[in-house]
Amino acid sequence: MDAPTPPGRQPYRPPVQSVAGQVVDAVLMLVLVVITLYLPLLLKLAGGGTTKTEFPNPTWDSLGQNATMAAQWEKLEFTPEKAAAIIGTRFDYAFNWGAVALTALVIVGYFVFLFVYSDRQYREVIAERFDGTPPT
Amino acid sequence: MTSTLRPTAEPLAPSSAAPGTPTVELAPEKSKRIALLRVLGPGHVWALGVGIVLVGEFMGWNFAVGKGGPVAALAACWLAGILYTCVAMIDSEITSTVAAAGGQYAQAKHIIGPLAAFNVGLYLVMAYTMLEVSNAIVTGDLIEAFAHSLHLEGTVDKRAFMVLTVVALAFLNYRGVLATLTLNLVITSAAFAAIVVLFLAAQPWAPGAVLQHEGLLVGLPYGSLGILAAMHFGLWFYLGIEGTTQAAEEVRSPARALPLGTMTGMMTLLIAATLTWYVSTGLMPWEYLGQAVTPLYDAARLTGSRWLELFLFLGTLFATVASANGCINDASRAWFAMGRDRYMPVWFGAVHPTYRTPYRAIVFFVPIAILFAVSTPLDQTITLSILSGLLGYTLMAISIVLFRRKWPLGTIQRGYVHPLHPLPAILLLVLCTVTYLAVYLGYGTQLLAMMAFYITASAWFVLHRYKYVRRGDQFTMPWPKPRGY
Repeated sequence: MDAPTPPGRQPYRPPVQSVAGQVVDAVLMLVLVVITLYLPLLLKLAGGGTTKTEFPNPTWDSLGQNATMAAQWEKLEFTPEKAAAIIGTRFDYAFNWGAVALTALVIVGYFVFLFVYSDRQYREVIAERFDGTPPT
Repeated sequence: MTSTLRPTAEPLAPSSAAPGTPTVELAPEKSKRIALLRVLGPGHVWALGVGIVLVGEFMGWNFAVGKGGPVAALAACWLAGILYTCVAMIDSEITSTVAAAGGQYAQAKHIIGPLAAFNVGLYLVMAYTMLEVSNAIVTGDLIEAFAHSLHLEGTVDKRAFMVLTVVALAFLNYRGVLATLTLNLVITSAAFAAIVVLFLAAQPWAPGAVLQHEGLLVGLPYGSLGILAAMHFGLWFYLGIEGTTQAAEEVRSPARALPLGTMTGMMTLLIAATLTWYVSTGLMPWEYLGQAVTPLYDAARLTGSRWLELFLFLGTLFATVASANGCINDASRAWFAMGRDRYMPVWFGAVHPTYRTPYRAIVFFVPIAILFAVSTPLDQTITLSILSGLLGYTLMAISIVLFRRKWPLGTIQRGYVHPLHPLPAILLLVLCTVTYLAVYLGYGTQLLAMMAFYITASAWFVLHRYKYVRRGDQFTMPWPKPRGY
């Protein structure tokens, strides 16, 4: 049952979307996921920013591993040569304040737009639900 | 055991104006609609929340060790615990009051507005789908590692098991929610038991016998910045606990079962997270632990006990399957709810004529899940899931403030009122900000890629999709008009 509508005031009636339109919209969402989230990973444009240190002729000592650590590596079937690639990979936390500011701006801007625009839509919803028509 | 949807005349939520509340304009209720069957109890709610999240103890959390070292990971574990306690408190109040399918999505619709609801729906779908993908990746890696450990001849193609996991669980969900959530209850309990058994088998009362903290525990390899950076994967210990709200429309007594299930779930996870950290850091060098795909299984291998290795193999397998199962359940319900409201094509709002499940929503994400599972690294699918969750928590902190402002206490009946408001909301917002910074450290480009997705999707909704949405239908609760409107 629809909300009671005062005489002469009609609620918003959305257009009916065709089947083809629905298929296009569904495919669009999949394409958006692939382009924005999958392709950057596939092309290695996103993900862990790391630095790598080479260890020529590594030993557990030169890798900074004590006797306990070395024993555990060996139980995990690792040799110093095999473990060197893991131990030599570290995250790169070099800070670029410009990039931090840009990222912060994107996130804050997104939320500001989200709340401002949602509130505008919410007023329409409340007006139609309780008063029978959106505000003019 | 399979029926989940049916036509009903019963209202969707238990709320009504509190006794003594002045008579005000109420949003009219719908008299008849297709609603989900109310068949779930607190145990199912606990299983749905913990079942999704418990896998976070079996894999993923250990990347926090890689980002900051073991001590930083412990700090992140507890900081994230505080963040999720705030989430659970806020979520329990809102969900026990707005008990509708879609959980946070339906809440955002009633409290903030359509665009926010659209985004929250997407957060849920992406967070749970990427978590499902992560589970599928771990299942494949785990089976490969176990086959290697058994010295089986030939090679195991882990991608086959990743695909099998996604497809088989999608089929289970297609068939019905009660069967799948009852299964979750059993396998979640078994997975939790595996963590406890591993902890006991590691003899924590005898340091040096099995656990080698003295030789393995290092300080802060990245300095104090490592604590901040570790917060990124610290969320993985608990991410998804808010999934308890997704089945709100299917719970027999939402006001009691949702807070009870969510809070006991948080307690279970806090205990499991601490046990997991303690055992793992006492058995593995931090550099190995920081990149391991199956850390608890590896921990069991290091004890030298074959039966424990087998038990943790099964525990990890159960945890990943339970989690992926719950994720498909939650993601599909959010997508279904969006289709029903026309935020997405209405075709997705259909219910299966026999099984009464949102079958189209379930099937739609199977190809995406398979694509990511077979071709992307675990830390990055986990990051995508965490980022979507994080955006949702940020919105949740602001949402509770708006909720209390639009409907002050006493104006509507709440199933649960969380204490100390607005402290949990402020704390949540601060911890979310810290976590954005943590993700930025090492994964900044992925953070921007995720924002590009949500900004583009929002533009699409505003410019195109919203025209199909019935305005008045976006508010279905029998509440008075919100203050200020």
